[in-house]
Amino acid sequence: MTNPDTEPAPLHLSAAGRRRSGDLPPLSPVIELSDVSLFYGSFRAVDGVTLPIGRNEITALIGPSGCGKSTVLRSINRMNDLIPGTRVEGTISYHGQDIYAADVDPIEVRRRIGMVFQKPNPFPKSIYDNVAYGPKVTGMKVDSLDDLVEQSLRDAALWDEVKDKLKQSAYSLSGGQQQRLCIARTIAVSPDVILMDEPASSLDPIATARIEDLMVELSEDYTIVVVTHNMQQAARVADRTAFFTAQASEQTGDRTGHLVEVDLTSKIFSDPADKRTEDYISGRFG
Amino acid sequence: MVTIGAMVGTAVRPLRASRHGDRSPASIAFLVLLWITLLFAIVSLAALLITSFIDGIDRVDGNLFTQYASQLFPDRGGARAAILGSFWVVGTTALLAIPLGVAAAVYLEEFADPRRWYNRLIEVNLQNLAAVPAIIYGMLTAGFALAIGLRRGVVLAGGVALALLILPVVIISGREALRAVPAEIRHGSLALGASPLRTVWHQTLPAAIPGVATGTILALSRALGEAAPLLLLGAMVFITFDPDGLMSGFTTMPIQIFNWAGQPQAAFRTLASAAIIVLLGMLLVMNALAIVIRNRYQKRW
Repeated sequence: MTNPDTEPAPLHLSAAGRRRSGDLPPLSPVIELSDVSLFYGSFRAVDGVTLPIGRNEITALIGPSGCGKSTVLRSINRMNDLIPGTRVEGTISYHGQDIYAADVDPIEVRRRIGMVFQKPNPFPKSIYDNVAYGPKVTGMKVDSLDDLVEQSLRDAALWDEVKDKLKQSAYSLSGGQQQRLCIARTIAVSPDVILMDEPASSLDPIATARIEDLMVELSEDYTIVVVTHNMQQAARVADRTAFFTAQASEQTGDRTGHLVEVDLTSKIFSDPADKRTEDYISGRFG
Repeated sequence: MVTIGAMVGTAVRPLRASRHGDRSPASIAFLVLLWITLLFAIVSLAALLITSFIDGIDRVDGNLFTQYASQLFPDRGGARAAILGSFWVVGTTALLAIPLGVAAAVYLEEFADPRRWYNRLIEVNLQNLAAVPAIIYGMLTAGFALAIGLRRGVVLAGGVALALLILPVVIISGREALRAVPAEIRHGSLALGASPLRTVWHQTLPAAIPGVATGTILALSRALGEAAPLLLLGAMVFITFDPDGLMSGFTTMPIQIFNWAGQPQAAFRTLASAAIIVLLGMLLVMNALAIVIRNRYQKRW
């Protein structure tokens, strides 16, 4: 996806390089969460999150288990709608449009804001059909489906490994390959934003490294939000990092997630503003 | 240092079987009892099959398949009309029950909000309906046909009665099959911007087809063996023509067997045994097909 005229920078350094030199362009938000609270029935899972997601940046959401980071991620493309009884307060806007407005079709939201899941979930179809599925069912106008499938697989750094077995079942691939196939499938519908819910947590270190390289590469063209349990992963790939934590309510004892702070990743990991962030990243809890 | 084991003496306890183990007299007695009950079931079933087989195997010949039933010449009569009638009725049943049952299963499993009272009502009653005696469905269909002024003893009415009879089973097994498709597959499709309907059509339902097919075939094989609701509808017991449409009179294998078995002449009872062998053969083929489909296409997630 990089422009062939320009000298491609060493990819695994680009995000880190941008962060280290501090020359990240000013935040131009694609998505803005303002004062967002999320409920499961009457249970307040996440409270008052205000978080801008910058264009072509990688934003990492980190924090201990049960802090609501996955819930926040899933609210961004309305995947939470699939769980009966979920409710959103506050606004989540995408290019200035409230994605929870009454006249917004969640299907349209998900076309623009794709998602990669924790466990690779290829469809029980061939590798080719997995990638071609999205363009087909969303009625995309495509000149050549073959070219689109090839380009998507190339962008997901999977083409060379699967080009001779496109008709084979996606289940014949390794876990890491399956996850890259899921990424190829997601970018085939050319979304604007890609949400990733712990995309490497079920993979071995080598496969994880490939996914991380891929994320950095994809951030040239896409805006990425990634939930991760792995702080090193956030430090390696993310431009900005948001730290969440959970606090038990004094009345009910329910644990409600809060956003503690969001800042440049280099700042969060070297000089966090909040004591809780420092405790978490230094391994004192979580 | 004194270990806890040494203190409580467990370390020296022998490993020989104790009175409470698998080989205690009570355990063995219970096991023997289980074997006897199992043996009872198998022996009585085998006796039934073997006697039918011995009685009827000589009459499983060309005439049985090609000739109509005869009141006068049981030696030459056959079950042609009953075999064709069974195919017509079960075919009609399948055409009615499969689309309705699968659609109902898809609605209940994929779209219905379980918090709505009417969906819960359907849910509970589906289980009850599966336990309703077959003859009730015959009465229901007969009453309905009477109300709208249609003939009762025709293929269509038989198909409707049997479709109603197996619908709860088709729906329940269809739901089980849909439930076995992992949520990740649905989420993967929805996250690409596919509509819920397309997700069902392109992902969930195809993945559930082996399970749906297995349940449906087993339900149809139950329909094939039913006589009561069809008798109540006034299916004929003696016909000498091939059914040729939905509004044609008919008889089926179980009804024909019921009729022959009640005749005084020994030759008719032999014919009944021969027809039982054919019916069992048909059921065996259907159940084998269900097993083959299940083993062949079942997915491990």
